[in-house]
Amino acid sequence: MLVQLPGGWNPLLGRLALDQIPYDNPILAPLFVAVVVGTILLFGLITYYRKWGYLWKEWLTTVDHKKLGVMYIIIGLVMLFRGFIDGLMIRTQQVWANGPHSSGVFGALHGYLTPFHFGQVYSAHGLIMILLAATPLLVGFMNIIVPIQIGARDMAYPYLNALGLWITAAAAVLIMISLFVGDFAHNGWFGYAPIFELQYSPGVGVDYWIWTLQLTALGTTLGGINLLVTIIKMRAPGMTWFRLPIFVWTSLSANIIALTSFPALQVALGLVAADRYLGSHFFTAGFGGNLMLYTNLFWIWGHPEVYFVILPAFGMMSEIFPTFSEKPLFGYVTMVAASFAIAGVSWMVWLHHFFTMGAGPQVNSFFSVATMLVGIPTGVKVFNWAFTMYRGRITYSAAMLWAIGALFMLLVGGMTGMMLAIPAINYMVHNSVFVIAHFHSMLLVIVYAIFGSVIFWFPKVFGFRLDEYWAKVMFWLFTAGSALVFVPMYMLGFMGMTRRLDYVFNPAWHPYLEVMEVGIAVYCLSVLAFVVLLYVSIRDRVKNRAGADAWGTARSLEWLAHSPVPFYNFAVTPHVNARDELAWRREHGMDALEPERYVDIHMPSNTGMALYIGALTFVLGFGLTWRIWWLSLLSLAAIILLMIIRSFRGDDGYIITGAELERMEKEALRNRAQADGKYVSGGRGQVAGTAIAYGRNGASMGGDPFNSSRDGI
Amino acid sequence: MSAHGNAVDPKKAVLWDTEYHGHDVISTRSLGFFLYLLSDGMIFATLFAAYGVLSYSHNYFGGPTPSQFVHPWYTFTQTVSLFLSVLAYGMGMAAMKNRNRGGLISGLLGALVLGVVFLALDVHDMAVLAGQGITVATSAGASAFIVLTQVHAAHIFFGLIWILVMIAQVSSRGFTTDTVGRLLSLRMFWHLQAIIWVFVYVFVYLWGYMS
Repeated sequence: MLVQLPGGWNPLLGRLALDQIPYDNPILAPLFVAVVVGTILLFGLITYYRKWGYLWKEWLTTVDHKKLGVMYIIIGLVMLFRGFIDGLMIRTQQVWANGPHSSGVFGALHGYLTPFHFGQVYSAHGLIMILLAATPLLVGFMNIIVPIQIGARDMAYPYLNALGLWITAAAAVLIMISLFVGDFAHNGWFGYAPIFELQYSPGVGVDYWIWTLQLTALGTTLGGINLLVTIIKMRAPGMTWFRLPIFVWTSLSANIIALTSFPALQVALGLVAADRYLGSHFFTAGFGGNLMLYTNLFWIWGHPEVYFVILPAFGMMSEIFPTFSEKPLFGYVTMVAASFAIAGVSWMVWLHHFFTMGAGPQVNSFFSVATMLVGIPTGVKVFNWAFTMYRGRITYSAAMLWAIGALFMLLVGGMTGMMLAIPAINYMVHNSVFVIAHFHSMLLVIVYAIFGSVIFWFPKVFGFRLDEYWAKVMFWLFTAGSALVFVPMYMLGFMGMTRRLDYVFNPAWHPYLEVMEVGIAVYCLSVLAFVVLLYVSIRDRVKNRAGADAWGTARSLEWLAHSPVPFYNFAVTPHVNARDELAWRREHGMDALEPERYVDIHMPSNTGMALYIGALTFVLGFGLTWRIWWLSLLSLAAIILLMIIRSFRGDDGYIITGAELERMEKEALRNRAQADGKYVSGGRGQVAGTAIAYGRNGASMGGDPFNSSRDGI
Repeated sequence: MSAHGNAVDPKKAVLWDTEYHGHDVISTRSLGFFLYLLSDGMIFATLFAAYGVLSYSHNYFGGPTPSQFVHPWYTFTQTVSLFLSVLAYGMGMAAMKNRNRGGLISGLLGALVLGVVFLALDVHDMAVLAGQGITVATSAGASAFIVLTQVHAAHIFFGLIWILVMIAQVSSRGFTTDTVGRLLSLRMFWHLQAIIWVFVYVFVYLWGYMS
């Protein structure tokens, strides 16, 4: 039943052997030492400060959607950094290994990476950036913000939420382990048939790739179901569909995509696994296999996935622009329609990833036109954001700068996307770095939106704002880096440079590659600026304390909750009366009204079960990668057993009494009164009464007797 | 539409909903499980697509084709046992409506036994095919045939484990929110597997036999 392996195998350790540890690799070995030392140091510090109990009780076993979201974002940021280092390595190799006279070190003929190692680096870069950086970051924000925006206490399934997080963490650990044990896939992040077949890739790299992807797909599907049910079932009274904030709408459309498309990925990779483990012939070159079947199946997931990551980013921009333009979002209904149009069309465009497959003019025309259709709803969104800012009272806060940066990136990426939608052009630039520059522009939209959101929602989660100055420094450094890296990349694409070159044969391209290397250096500075930003903000956290509405002009329901949001979100469920509920309450002087009384509320209990199962999925992935059958079977059986045990135990949750709730609320309100409204926006300042749509008629409410906290700003 | 989307008159506004107790647990869980089943349906849709692509004559690479190795009458016994299993499950659910715990458990036991029969027939079929030298390694067409049918069989296997767990839970706890909600989800799961089997039987066995 199982295939014959080309290398060694033993029943106890599978393919694992000492020679699979790259202790002689001059790049990985020092890194491994650094990681071990760092881990020991971290564990030592936690032990020294006696934080294990805190870590266990407050984070590792939590089912609180905000903490899970924060952990998703931490995973995303760490993996974003790892992916960035991969990018840096790719750029350095290309600028170094340029022309026949370039030198080579560490066993490479040119540059410092051997072709096999270079292949692993770009494969890991792509997989990590899309599935372990962008996806967890966005899922993290959806986790934190969506339940508060709809006035819910938690997600529909808090335990499933924790499970999704720990499975994602398992995937991240699995791909990190591949650095030091064995190797990673060299076939690109999306894989090619038949090079990933066992015959051509006999190592464990492709297996790591399969199981990392499978775990992220599983985690994202579980998270997607949870978010969908949360949005459908958990909305507060009065939160009708057309009062939902746009971020909720885009989360809804994005997760419909996730739910329906990730299974296609799981099947595509499951079939690759069948080929590699069972010896089937789905994608083999012989025995009737079909190579392009893989590519089709993969991109049937792959293209919807692109919109799965871009739609929440659009939602984030739709929250940031109105807040800092002091106007309601322009064209709310069209924004909703555009989100769903994009989600719908996302299913009809996958073939534009391989127009050169040779499908014939009818098929290519269909997918070309479908691809161009995407431009219509996206254009609607761009104009809506522009009109939101038009005649608004714009504050160029750091979050707003990132959102505007995202808008510009979207214009560049969108325009080049329209060019690529035309098969005639696509044939010319297929597999060139022009395509790479295009989709990096698009993914930068997401990165810009994410950093904008980090700044925008940070005070909601942690209770203090990030330092504006350093956030802006980081923005400008990041933008300079983006321009320096990707403008030359577009040009090189037109000059015919293909992607994934471990050796760049044309010396005429060298100047451009040097500019890109400078751009990477500037990116490094922006990473440093981010670290400084975090340090400065945490140092000055008392000064930067934020009130419930951290920006003074926020509009949606999450800003009605305290900052930081208590674990129960809202002590009493708010009744929603309008779209942009907070702005509406502010206009009518009702944003500081407290509930009259508090009643008992029911909360889910913490559980370590999700962590255990997540850890076991890692063991399962590792066991399958190395073909350690007893370990794989044992961990799978343990996962099923734990699920059954949990189903017998159940989760009754616990009750917070009304009196206890009242005490906590009173304390939160005291803190809130001290912190409210200290944010002074860029130069212009804010005026008591706060501005509303198209003008400042809040003053007509008189002295605003309900809102004493705003006096004296 | 106004800037505030059907905002209510501020003088009549209700700001807090003290008595709001949120959602109905069973309906929330059922919706989530239904959505999971949609994604499960997508898994089978993708597998059917792969089977469709890999069922041309060249995909069998000169080896045996389904018209030579499938036996619709044999497989029809599988169809009957799975459908009877679903029927037994439905009888059990009808008993649950009457708060008849014994009736429910006999329904579940019936579903379990008939499901085991289905799985045994499937395993026997695979063993016979393997004896004729038809495995996943024979050709791409055989790979698609075996993986599609065995992914369905794996669903049945996990469904049987679930039925066992539910028999234990209903016997020890009776009808609680947890057990009733899970029985409703399991019913959806079991029905979906039967529906998918209809497609497997028609498109893989009947169509394969006739082509």
